[in-house]
Amino acid sequence: MPRRKGAPEVNAGSMADIAFLLLIFFLVTTTIETDAGLDRMLPPIEPPDTDVVIKQKNIFTVNINKNGQLLVEDNLMDIKDLRKSATAFLENGADGSCAYCKGKKDPSSSDNPTKAIISLKNDRETKYSTYITVQNELVGAYNDLRNREAQRLYGQDFTTMEADYLDPETPSSVRDDLKDKVKRIQDMFPQKLSEAETSTN
Amino acid sequence: MAKFTKKKDGDLPAVSTASLPDIVFMLLFFFMTVTTMKDSSLMVANTLPNASEIKKLEKKDRVIYIYVGTPTQEYQKVFGTEPKIQLNDKFANVDEIGSFILAERAKKPQELQNVLTTALKVDKEANMGLITDIKQQLREVNALKVNYTTYEGDAFNNLQ
Repeated sequence: MPRRKGAPEVNAGSMADIAFLLLIFFLVTTTIETDAGLDRMLPPIEPPDTDVVIKQKNIFTVNINKNGQLLVEDNLMDIKDLRKSATAFLENGADGSCAYCKGKKDPSSSDNPTKAIISLKNDRETKYSTYITVQNELVGAYNDLRNREAQRLYGQDFTTMEADYLDPETPSSVRDDLKDKVKRIQDMFPQKLSEAETSTN
Repeated sequence: MAKFTKKKDGDLPAVSTASLPDIVFMLLFFFMTVTTMKDSSLMVANTLPNASEIKKLEKKDRVIYIYVGTPTQEYQKVFGTEPKIQLNDKFANVDEIGSFILAERAKKPQELQNVLTTALKVDKEANMGLITDIKQQLREVNALKVNYTTYEGDAFNNLQ
């Protein structure tokens, strides 16, 4: 007797196998990587029009030699102590105009966080990893201070606020709100990290 | 009584696997969408240093990558063991960076050209001399926003 039911159904049992094969291929080739790192701005190549006179006491000099040793304010220092002394320098507040600073108000150190400049110098033979560690500690010093103020004013960390602000998935209403807060904290401790030309000898 | 004995011969019914392909396809689509194929293969050793105060690099289309490190084994015979710069798929000298950045910048849409970041993926064994030269080159073409790409971790691990 001829069949009347039309074409027989295709067996879809092996569909899963095929899909698994593809799945495994993509699993193996996938690299879910979001790059992260230290954001820095390089100084523009044109020198500023006006020469700015900066008091020596407002500059915190960090010098890295080719062996990875640190010379901070003319004293040899261990990298582990760098963050603490950079923080102390930044919030010293010698002229007393900075109400939120908790520094020692040492007259021989920085006047005000907005005037304090960290100058980083390195040798051509300094290892990159050492340089990154020093950069990390200096950025960390700024972040520590900013976090402290953000905690006091808004009850949350500056770094999370900034990350939320920069995250494109944050709704724009929240972003607008964060923008002013982030700006305010940034103005309290502006990041002034200057990198001089490398010494050649 | 046949009514009752009949039930006995069908013991556990098999679990229906009809929806298995759907589940697998769902996973498949997930991985297909998140996959990013590498567009250039690395020709240099690239063990990044660790840092803790990092920021994420959002939006891949606004990033220009520069790799620095010692050439991998197969290239060492030709290029030596000193750290080299890799731009896209070839080794380059320091003075080629300026034109590379300008060329890459020109490829991007107009509205992104001012917000580009240069990601420096530098091997932790490299010396700062080369990095300083690169930085100088970047300043000359006004690509001032850089990101030293690192792994997340304790920065003091770098010193060992």
